[in-house]
Amino acid sequence: MRGWFLPVTVTLGFVFLYAPIISLVVFSFNDSRLVTVWGGFSTRWYGELLRDRQILSSAWVSLQVAFASATLSVVIGTLGAFVLTRFSRFTGRLLLTGMITAPLVMPEVITGLSLLLLFVSMELTLGWPAGRGLTTIIIAHTTFCAAFVAVIAQSRLRSMDESLEEAARDLGAGPVRVFFDITLPVIAPALVAGWLLAFTLSLDDLVIASFVSGPGASTLPMVIFSKIRLGVSPDVNALATIIIGFVLVAVLIAGWMMRRAMRKEM
Amino acid sequence: MSAGNALTRSAPWRGTAWMMGKLGLSGRSLVIAIPMLWLAVFFLAPFFVLGRISLAEAIIARPPYTPFFDRAPDGSLEILASFENYRFLLEDALYRNAYLSSIRIALVSTLFALLIGYPIAYYIARAPEPKRSVLLMMVILPFWTSFLLRVYAWMGFLRSNGVINNTLISLGIIDSPIQMMQTDFAVYIGIVYTYLPFMILPLYANLTKLDGALLEAASDLGASPMVTFFTVTLPLSLPGIVAGSMLVFIPAIGEYVIPALLGGPDTLMIGRVLWDEFFSSRDWPVASAVAIVMLVLVVAPIMWLQSVQNRREET
Amino acid sequence: MAQPAAASETRPWRDAASRPFISVRSLIKRFDDFTAVSNVDLDIYKGELFCLLGESGCGKSTLLRMLAGFEQPTSGAIFIDGEDMARVPPDRRPTNMMFQSYALFPHMSVEKNVAYGLLREGVKKSEAYARAGDMLRMVKLEKLARRKPDQLSGGQRQRVALARSLVKKPKLLLLDEPLGALDKKLREETQFELIKLQETLGVTFIVVTHDQDEAMTLATRIGVMKDGVIEQIGEPREIYETPNSRFVADFIGTVNLFTGKVAAVAPDMMRIETAELGDVRLPPQTGLTYGQQVWGAVRPERFALSRTRPEGAANAWEGVVEEMGYIGHMSQYRIRLASGVLIRATQSNRLRDEDPISWDEKVWISVQPAAFRVLTR
Repeated sequence: MRGWFLPVTVTLGFVFLYAPIISLVVFSFNDSRLVTVWGGFSTRWYGELLRDRQILSSAWVSLQVAFASATLSVVIGTLGAFVLTRFSRFTGRLLLTGMITAPLVMPEVITGLSLLLLFVSMELTLGWPAGRGLTTIIIAHTTFCAAFVAVIAQSRLRSMDESLEEAARDLGAGPVRVFFDITLPVIAPALVAGWLLAFTLSLDDLVIASFVSGPGASTLPMVIFSKIRLGVSPDVNALATIIIGFVLVAVLIAGWMMRRAMRKEM
Repeated sequence: MSAGNALTRSAPWRGTAWMMGKLGLSGRSLVIAIPMLWLAVFFLAPFFVLGRISLAEAIIARPPYTPFFDRAPDGSLEILASFENYRFLLEDALYRNAYLSSIRIALVSTLFALLIGYPIAYYIARAPEPKRSVLLMMVILPFWTSFLLRVYAWMGFLRSNGVINNTLISLGIIDSPIQMMQTDFAVYIGIVYTYLPFMILPLYANLTKLDGALLEAASDLGASPMVTFFTVTLPLSLPGIVAGSMLVFIPAIGEYVIPALLGGPDTLMIGRVLWDEFFSSRDWPVASAVAIVMLVLVVAPIMWLQSVQNRREET
Repeated sequence: MAQPAAASETRPWRDAASRPFISVRSLIKRFDDFTAVSNVDLDIYKGELFCLLGESGCGKSTLLRMLAGFEQPTSGAIFIDGEDMARVPPDRRPTNMMFQSYALFPHMSVEKNVAYGLLREGVKKSEAYARAGDMLRMVKLEKLARRKPDQLSGGQRQRVALARSLVKKPKLLLLDEPLGALDKKLREETQFELIKLQETLGVTFIVVTHDQDEAMTLATRIGVMKDGVIEQIGEPREIYETPNSRFVADFIGTVNLFTGKVAAVAPDMMRIETAELGDVRLPPQTGLTYGQQVWGAVRPERFALSRTRPEGAANAWEGVVEEMGYIGHMSQYRIRLASGVLIRATQSNRLRDEDPISWDEKVWISVQPAAFRVLTR
């Protein structure tokens, strides 16, 4: 692994990773309807995108779902991780370990189908949830995102010096107080990372949402999927460019904040 | 201070301690109960429903499957369960082929992801600091953009009048476009592209831990760079290879979106079969049976492997 | 031997009538199939600075954690100031602990760290910060009150941890390797500061350490632990001069150990036959019977070296200096006896123009009968 071989492979690898994305962005400014033939610079697809009620309303649905399920999954994932790292013995420990990690390897089609069937039978027997829509998507996303949050929270809780919690106990704080005064602030950065990951995963999910959503609630990926299934369409390029722009800005801000935090520590 | 004095003074202590114990215990159970109940209801219970509906028959009604219990004419409860769907899966070659070809496609994609990902991970792990962070960021960055749109990008690339064909034709290398969309090749590309970061990150994490002194020791003892790589680096990075391969193989096996968008009508993958069974044929019981078989054949071994690995890591 | 009357005030453990402040009774702690602490009985008196000394894994930290309330005993009882601690959770115990890692809350300032315990006690905010400030002044850190723990040096962090654990004026302060993370020079300085602080505040200290020098310097009494058992409890001098077992003799300082058996017991004399030294003549000791297996322990500095056979010495042996190291205030010798055994001996260098015994010289070594400690286990 030396000489020309490594740099060439790595360069090709990055070309492979970025070429499609770059072409996506470039052709979003193409005047022609034919996505891959250059017809001059234009921003007309952005205008069309902003007039597309369906895209806009589904984006709003997606954001609501992502916000709610990221928040809920942080609560459930953190509690699960806390229970597994701090309570050494309780009934059902093995079950909880399995249930919290299994969603990570569960194919989305199975998760989606089984949850839909659960919602249908619950509606038949309990009358809840009445129909499917925002609530059912949020529940489904919370369940699989909680697994990712739990993994992140667990590794942080494990690496955290447990004597911090003991010291607070020793100084007179009760267990609940210790959790809010010490544990939570110490693992907060990991929870923020977990929330962001859950948010992205929820925003990105097509398969599970397709199964558990109802007629009234289409998420953004569902609308995009139905559009691109029929072929390429330039307004999707415009949408992709906007999303990529958002991510870039977010990454730059995060990087800048991290740099500043590091400098402050020094 | 007399013993009696100490006792009376300790009585309130004991009372509080007892109450705290009681409260602490119930508080503790509450904390355990929240994630436990959520997952039991929304993760575990669905599988029982899935199993039960896989034993039903499809009917045109709401819901579109036969009930589990029925009142017999004499008023007693009858259990209506049939293994008809499973027999159907066994007899129809479509399903068997779908399972096999899912595994094949996932394996081939994993292999290619490893071949592309390893040099990149190795290069990043050996890069000096500012460059290393930037490269690592560049690997992760695409992951934060929409998965669906990244697959869509390849549609624009691989189409008959897409970027690749247009370029090749204008360069005069080919006269007529090559069919790339709607082939297994496109599916491999899609999977490798989507899951490459999952291969690179664990490999990178493993390779940065590799002690540079080991490589120096090997070359000091007379091993050429090639030999050093195959006798030292590669064996030591095996855990990273296993972790990365699992992270690509597992989601690839149940993949729906990539074969649906990039694959052709004859690209069989089990996730896609399940989806079509549910959304196109509207046969919920057969879809459930497909899911159960997928769970047993594919997911269970992976979960077992995972748990074995976890246990090994813990010890 | 009669003790001065005042001794029972400064050394209450010598007086059978004094009441212990902390009592540990038949304490056992098991983790699955591993017994960390097995059947420990311990009495500690008010104002003591008690050291639990032992190697890692000997159970000393587990014992400390049971006193703090972080581990529940498998059986046995702990009394602090007469109160049974069995059902008292750590946040309600009249103890505080200084952790080995210091466990300073990274997201709180120094001042907030120190005031935390007072606030949990219900002390008013202004008063809590005033008292935290006093405490910080005591450990000379008042200028750093607003800093975060990661902006402090190791020594400063150690003092914050100490201030935080002392600010609530606990009845008992538990210190887990309090000086373990400091470098050698700082450790020696801090030892005396710790003693001074303990004397000023009058708090009872229990210190866990693996460092015998630290234990010897700090402690009023030392408990030497091994495999979950306290092997010996005593003042530093007792532990050093009259160890009760080969383990303690070997663990504290350097020692020459000999194996033998009681060969003769007379009213005025006792003879021990050792493999390494041959016969050793000692005054009789109670509890030893003819033929009993015993071990002899002699500290290197208890051997006297001379070029000629010392007059009137009951026990003297001839040997050759095999190795000699000059350290300054003393010299170390390794002397090979006729039996083949190698003896470690040290001589303090009192005179500047002495003609020291050196390599390959023939020497006589002798030992006072009182310095030859007979051990039965």
